[in-house]
Amino acid sequence: MPFLAWAAAFLLVPAGALLIGAFRTQDGEFTTEFFKDIFKGSSLDAYVKSVEISLITALLGGALGFLIAYAALSPGAPRLLRPAFLTFSGVAANFGGVPLAFAFISTLGTVGMATRALDAMGLNPYDHGFTLFGFWGLVVTYLYFQIPLMIIIIAPAIDGLKAEWREAASNLGATSTQYWRYVGVPVLLPSILGSMVLLFGGSFAAYATAYALTSGHIGLVPLKIGELINGNVLSDPHQAYALAFGMVIVIAVAMAIYFVLDRRASRWRRSVQ
Amino acid sequence: MTRSGWFWVAVGLLYFLLPLAATAEFSFKDGDSYSFAAYREIFDDPQFRDTFFLSLKLAIVTIIVALLLFIPTVYWVHLRLPQFRPLVQFLCALPFVVPPIVLIVGILYVYNYQWVPGKYLGSPYYLVPGYVVLGFPFMFFALDNAFRAIDVHTLTEASQSLGAGWTRTLWKVILPNILTGALAGAFLTFALVMGEFTMASLALFNTFPTYINYIGQTKANPAAALTIISFGITWLALLGILFVGRRPGRTAVQVGGGAR
Repeated sequence: MPFLAWAAAFLLVPAGALLIGAFRTQDGEFTTEFFKDIFKGSSLDAYVKSVEISLITALLGGALGFLIAYAALSPGAPRLLRPAFLTFSGVAANFGGVPLAFAFISTLGTVGMATRALDAMGLNPYDHGFTLFGFWGLVVTYLYFQIPLMIIIIAPAIDGLKAEWREAASNLGATSTQYWRYVGVPVLLPSILGSMVLLFGGSFAAYATAYALTSGHIGLVPLKIGELINGNVLSDPHQAYALAFGMVIVIAVAMAIYFVLDRRASRWRRSVQ
Repeated sequence: MTRSGWFWVAVGLLYFLLPLAATAEFSFKDGDSYSFAAYREIFDDPQFRDTFFLSLKLAIVTIIVALLLFIPTVYWVHLRLPQFRPLVQFLCALPFVVPPIVLIVGILYVYNYQWVPGKYLGSPYYLVPGYVVLGFPFMFFALDNAFRAIDVHTLTEASQSLGAGWTRTLWKVILPNILTGALAGAFLTFALVMGEFTMASLALFNTFPTYINYIGQTKANPAAALTIISFGITWLALLGILFVGRRPGRTAVQVGGGAR
């Protein structure tokens, strides 16, 4: 099959070559130097920062996305909200990269619309230590695709919450809190956590938005790799291969967690279909 | 709906619309008044036209290659080789694990000067193989859903018992039936390539997204105008999917998001 050949040539071979390249010197000798290097100094800092930003945006995006999805998609919501939110989410989740950075500069940059509005209220975020071009600025910007991504991913799980369960619970005298504590959350939790893992992976891999927003200075792993490959720094590309290899490991671990959670979540989905 | 429900709906709408409104306002701003000056500046820039049409061409070539690879593959998996499904599915999910930045570093490492015919080395079409790989999940899941909805075996047998060969069956019988899925995959791939910055930037090609970044470093209002244009492209692609008849709630293919 030509497909298999294509996948081998342009996906498996490049990824495999990086794995080997991560353990080689420029002269082709075996070394664990570069791989060990990713656990210290600025490389380790980059991983920590990348993981932090991905965890925070996954948790916040996941929580907000779920609350919005539940409000807009549950059976009690007006019918029009559903297609509107799913379409908006589809667009926003696919809108990323450099333009997203500029959209937020227009909004929360030093003279952005929201900044001016907040300033008029005497609450200029820049007077309180916030900057769009730092860590929390990037978090706010990433949420623009994380929240809608969560809405799309979690929608089937919300649709799977059966109205009968809620009715049964209230017939048996359960309060709303009890329903959520004993039915809603246990049923949805694997789906919510699994979706959050996907969000983690998406934000861990992101490059363009952070590059455009911080001019490449925020020190995340992808930016560091980019700098090593075509920055003006005279450096060993094999260091970049080791960093890239490390990224694949982190995302592979996340995906393994996702599959475990997804299997648990599918128990409820199966009974619904 | 409860009051807290409305609150979250409002939060969602605000988060989605405010950055767009702010960018739009900024793009029309011309000193103290408003005008189309920023847009005019962009459309008059020959570099805009060059990079935009380059990205357009890359998107079209990527879509054609991806369709040629995937339609026969998914057809075959559904018709004869279901045992290959796990392998194909695994390979198509793999781009989620290997992010664009890693993929392009690997491609640059493997396909350097000794390997690539000189003609293609300086050519932006160097990016197409990687773009096809990035589009794997979109194409596969869109086509897989489409094939699932039709009876591949019956259609194939009917076509062949009437004397059609494989090519004719695929072209005249199967393709019209899976067109929706093929178009959905094509629209998503289109949005992906039109926004893809990481690979182009690392391989040092000037595509539309790298042009947007370049303008962003130098001119603020035209950058806002380009952001609106880019957003419009994403809208068109997604509306295209709706238009060809996919229900928005079922687009599992959208998961994974666009170019970051």
